[in-house]
Amino acid sequence: MSRPMGRLARFFDSDVWWSFRTSPTAVASALVALVCIGGAVLAPWLAPHNVLDLASVDLMDAFKPPFTEPGWLLGSDDQGRDVLSAVMFGGRTSLLVGICAVLFSTIVGVTLGLTAGYLGGTVDALLMRMADVQLTFPAFLVALLVDGIARAALPQEVHERIALAVVVFAIGISTWPAIARTVRGSTLVERNKEYVLAARVIGLTNLRIMATHVLPNVLGPVLVIATLNLGLAIITEATLSFLGVGVPPTQPSLGTLVRIGNDFLMSGEWWIAVFPGSALVAMVLSVNLLGDWLRDALNPRLR
Amino acid sequence: MVAFVISRLLQALPVLLVVALVSFALFTFVGDPVAAMLSQDATLADRENLIRLLGLDQPWYVQFWKFVGNALQGEFGLSYRLSRPVSALIAERAPATLELAFCAAAMTLCIGVPLGIFTGIYKDSWVSRVLLTVSLVGVSLPIFVLGMLLILVFAVQLGWLPSFGRGDTVQIGWWSSGLLTVSGLKALILPAITLAVFQLTLITRLVRAEMLEVLRTDYIKFARARGLSNRAINFGHALKNTLVPVITIAGLQLGGIIAFAIVTETVFQWPGMGFLFIQSVGAADIPVMAAYLLLISLVFVVINLGVDLLYYLVDPRLRAQR
Repeated sequence: MSRPMGRLARFFDSDVWWSFRTSPTAVASALVALVCIGGAVLAPWLAPHNVLDLASVDLMDAFKPPFTEPGWLLGSDDQGRDVLSAVMFGGRTSLLVGICAVLFSTIVGVTLGLTAGYLGGTVDALLMRMADVQLTFPAFLVALLVDGIARAALPQEVHERIALAVVVFAIGISTWPAIARTVRGSTLVERNKEYVLAARVIGLTNLRIMATHVLPNVLGPVLVIATLNLGLAIITEATLSFLGVGVPPTQPSLGTLVRIGNDFLMSGEWWIAVFPGSALVAMVLSVNLLGDWLRDALNPRLR
Repeated sequence: MVAFVISRLLQALPVLLVVALVSFALFTFVGDPVAAMLSQDATLADRENLIRLLGLDQPWYVQFWKFVGNALQGEFGLSYRLSRPVSALIAERAPATLELAFCAAAMTLCIGVPLGIFTGIYKDSWVSRVLLTVSLVGVSLPIFVLGMLLILVFAVQLGWLPSFGRGDTVQIGWWSSGLLTVSGLKALILPAITLAVFQLTLITRLVRAEMLEVLRTDYIKFARARGLSNRAINFGHALKNTLVPVITIAGLQLGGIIAFAIVTETVFQWPGMGFLFIQSVGAADIPVMAAYLLLISLVFVVINLGVDLLYYLVDPRLRAQR
């Protein structure tokens, strides 16, 4: 390799790309994930009906069974909304909340983990004690409690306006300790390496050293955790919405759709709940498979 | 040993203190109990009187101290939603949740651990591969979707099992048990499976990973060189050393089961504490929320403490350090 390569070419030449190409599971789940993400992101343009626009919904169209009419591929629900379109728009909300929650928890986790590991001492002890306290509880319960407390503490009209942000915050805050612990562990190793000492000798500030020198070297494992957290965040959001304490009903997510459909399960209209549920499982499963593959691909011990 | 237990207890205290503070803050700062309790035509003097009666004129740390004192005696006031003492509500619902959680936990351990051992020992057989793939689906399957599918198949289509409720129960003192009647047992099957599957897949994968790790070590190779039977190696030597992490995770899973019982109870309308909690969150019924919060944290702290102590008993290295 005498010729210098561009970033893209270097990526296509890397071990990671090779391991991706040769793993059928990874390729298949990437395809499924792409379909899910594409359908969700492009919902306003691709969906056959605009389900968020109440004016376009007609009660006369209610309870159409699936696979009978071409415009209503997956049938319609009790309000006459097209299930396929609802699933696409619902996936959009689920994905949006999931990604924002993961970004939030990753930023909080990395910042706190880096600070704890680099500064050590009292700051470290305090932050890790906080993580310990939170880790006493399962993440799902923390998200539920934060969401429940916000619901009780905020006035109703305020809560309705920022409900989506509350859910993102609740889910994000529930997963920061795992990330912070990982980052702290790798920071403790990096802190004593020579390049950090050198940076300190030439008089760089702690902030600068942490952000530009240590940070890039501790991000590897975070990528894997973040991917696996995405699946978890989507499930948590769906579960909260299923319980009726998640996203507001004006912006239904896949979990909300399953909850609506659940009421019609006993009377035989199974498609209203089953299709959103399947879309949810497909999305989460593909993300989890990709995360699993990524963990193995980035772990040199397993190669 | 005593020092170890005491240090663990001291570590558990801050958790309970934080939770108690959160519950207290909920009680004190969310909503206005005085406005809720006074009638429309109450005078300002009535208001002053009530505030003094409730002790709301005292500094917050005095109020907090009283709150903790009451909580220790199981006294959480009246539910806003149902106008009944919270302690009675919870005592009434606890048996349902505990029976469900216990059955799910038993299922998880009795099926998950053997499956993990099997897939660890026979890691290349096709049965293991199929089990692992299925377990990944299990991890990705939200608990409410699974419950819904089970209801669809076994309650709606086949009509074999009930889709909601607890069936007939038998009263033993204050405990109401559904384990002693046929309809109670039938009603328990679907919720218990729903609750167990996710934890089961996790524990299978964990035991497998630990088994693989241990089977690679030198002392196992040495045992093989000594000509010991496979059975003696797998169960006598390897399994014992996989148990330490498994105990931690099993403890965490017990917590997970209690947390996710909220979801399962909602899907199956199981009359337990979780269902009560979700209804309280929906109605902003703060006394019930605060009581549930404190109770469940106590459970989690006890579980973590138990796990630490088990660790101490199982792992001789921890004892040797002291």
